[in-house]
Amino acid sequence: MARRLRRHVITMTATAGSGHPGGSLSAADIITVLYFKVLRYKSENPQWSDRDRFILSKGHAAPILYAALAEAGYFSVSELATLRKLDSRLQGHADSKFTPGVEMSAGSLGMGLSFAVGVGLAARLNSKTYRTYALLSDGECEEGQTWEAALSAAHFKLDNLAAIVDYNGIQLSGWTRDIMNLEPFSQKWQAFGWHTIDIDGHDLGQILSAFQAAEEIRSRPTVIVAHTIKGKGVSFMENNVAFHGKAPTQQEAERALKELE
Amino acid sequence: MAEASTRETYGKTLAELGRENEDIVVLDADLSPSTMTSFFAREFPGRFFDCGLQEQNMIGIAAGLAASGKLVFVSSFAIFVSCRCFDQLRLCLSQPRLNVKIVATHGGITVGEDGSSHHAIEDLALFCALPGFTVIVPADAVETAAAVRQAARDYGPFCIRLSRPKTPVVYSEDYQFTSGRAVTMRQGKDATIIAAGIMVAKALEAADVLARQNIDCRVVNMHTLKPLDETAIVKAASETGAIVVTEEHLAQGGLGSRVAQVVAREEPVPMGFVNLGDSYASSGKADELLQRCGLTARDVEEAVRSTLKRK
Ligand SMILES: Cc1ncc(C[n+]2csc(CCOP(=O)(O)OP(=O)(O)O)c2C)c(N)n1
Repeated sequence: MARRLRRHVITMTATAGSGHPGGSLSAADIITVLYFKVLRYKSENPQWSDRDRFILSKGHAAPILYAALAEAGYFSVSELATLRKLDSRLQGHADSKFTPGVEMSAGSLGMGLSFAVGVGLAARLNSKTYRTYALLSDGECEEGQTWEAALSAAHFKLDNLAAIVDYNGIQLSGWTRDIMNLEPFSQKWQAFGWHTIDIDGHDLGQILSAFQAAEEIRSRPTVIVAHTIKGKGVSFMENNVAFHGKAPTQQEAERALKELE
Repeated sequence: MAEASTRETYGKTLAELGRENEDIVVLDADLSPSTMTSFFAREFPGRFFDCGLQEQNMIGIAAGLAASGKLVFVSSFAIFVSCRCFDQLRLCLSQPRLNVKIVATHGGITVGEDGSSHHAIEDLALFCALPGFTVIVPADAVETAAAVRQAARDYGPFCIRLSRPKTPVVYSEDYQFTSGRAVTMRQGKDATIIAAGIMVAKALEAADVLARQNIDCRVVNMHTLKPLDETAIVKAASETGAIVVTEEHLAQGGLGSRVAQVVAREEPVPMGFVNLGDSYASSGKADELLQRCGLTARDVEEAVRSTLKRK
C-alpha cells in the first residue's frame, strides 16, 4: 500500500505540475500505517463522532493524505488527478472546507499541534475514547507555536494525543541542522513532558509498534520521532532538497514510477 | 449618565450562559481576572482552560474544540488576540468558519496608563478583514450582554470588542439588540453621526449641544461593524445629507472606512471622521487620552459643523 500511495503522489504532482512530493514521500509509510492499521474511521461517514482524528499539520504534504483518503474510500482514486485544479476538492494545501476526511485547514506551518490539543480536550470533555494524531514536519518545530502546543498538551496531560514528527532533516531551502538546528530533538520533547519514541519512519513494523506503545502511555502525550528520508522511494528525489516543492516532469515521473513498481 | 463595566457584564453573562449550555468552553491567556472570564472559571473549572501566555496556541486549541462540536469563547486583551494571532485567526477560524467567539477586552486607547503597547487601535481593521467574522463593538454594558448572548446563539466566528474602563449606560434593560441592525438613538434631519462603542455616548452628547444651536443630528449606533447595516447608512445619507463617523480606532480599516465605502457607492454625501488618525497614543488616564487624541463630544460636534459646511 505504501508503494501505491507513493505512486499516487508522483502521478498527482506530475499531473498538477506543482506540489510537494519530497515531504509527501517521506511520510508515506507513516500515513500507510495510520490509515490502514491504526485509525478508526468510516469513510462513508467522515463526520462519525467516534472516529480517530488525524491532523496533517504539515499541510503541504496534502498529496500523501489525499492518496490515503482515496484508497480508504473517502472519494475515488480518479479524483486524485484533479489535485490543485480549479473547482477541485483537492486543494494545494489540506483544507477542511473542501475535502471529506480532512480535519483541519493547514498550510501555515506550526498550527496543527494546537488544533490537536483542542480536539484532545474535546474528547475528554465529551467522554469520547477516540485518539488524536498530529503529523508534524521537522521544519515546523522551528515555529514557536509548536512548542506552545507541546507545553500545553503536557500540561493538560493529554494521553489521548500522539504527535508524529516526520524527521527527514530537510526543510525548504536546505538541511534543518544548517538552517536552524533542532538537536537534541527528542530530549527537547522529553523536557517538555512528553513520552518519546524514536523509530525508523520507513519500517512499517516499527511504526505500528510505536502507535501501539503510545496508546499504553498514561497522563502524558507521546511524540513519535520518525527518522525518515525526504523523497523516500525515488532514488533521484531522496535527500534532494530540490524536490521539496517542485513536481516531477513527465519524464521524471515515468522514471519514478518505474522505480516504484 | 450611570456607568457600568462592559467586561464585568461579559464575565457574568458568560457564567449564566455556562449554566444554560454545557457545550460552552472558555479559554483565556493568563488574563482571566481582567477579562472577567474568572466568573466562568470559578463556576465551571472543568470547562475553562487557561492557556497561559500562548495566544497563538489558544486560537488553535479553540479551533480544535470548535471542530469537535464545542461552543468556544476566547478572551484576552484586544491587542494580543488580534495582532499576535492574525495568521491563526484567518487559517484556523475564518477559513473553516468555526464557531469561536473572541471577546477582546481592553480595546482602544482607554486602556490608558499601560501605554501604546496595550492600545488596540488596529484590531477592528484586522477582524473586519476576515471573511465570515461578525464584528461587534457594544456601546454599553446592556448591549454587551445582548451581544454575548447573540454570539452564543448564532453559528460562526465572532469578535466582540470591549473596554477597560466603565462605560456610560445608554440603554435600558428592555433594549432589543440584533446584530447587524444599527440602532437610531436619536432622529435628526441635518446630519447623521454614526458611532460605535464608547463614542456612542459622546455622539449623543454632541447631538444635544448641536440641537441647542439648531442643528438637528441623527445619531446611529453602528454596533456591528461587520456585517454592516448598509440600509441604515444609505437612509442616513439620503435623509440627512451629511455623515460623521466616530470610533476609537485608527482611521483606516475600521468603521469610518467601512461606512465611507457604502456612502461612496450608494449615496455620496459629505463625510467627516473622528478617530485616531494614523498615530499611536501614549500613557495617560483614559479621559486625558481621549482629549489629547481628539475623541471627545466636542470633537464630534466640530466635525459635524465642518462637514455641514461642505453639504
Ligand atoms: C509559517 C510558514 N512559513 C513558511 C512556509 C513556507 N514553507 C512551506 S514548506 C516549508 C518548509 C518545509 O520543510 P518541513 O517543514 O520540514 O517539511 P517537510 O520536509 O516535511 O516537507 C516552508 C518554509 C509555510 N508554509 N508556513
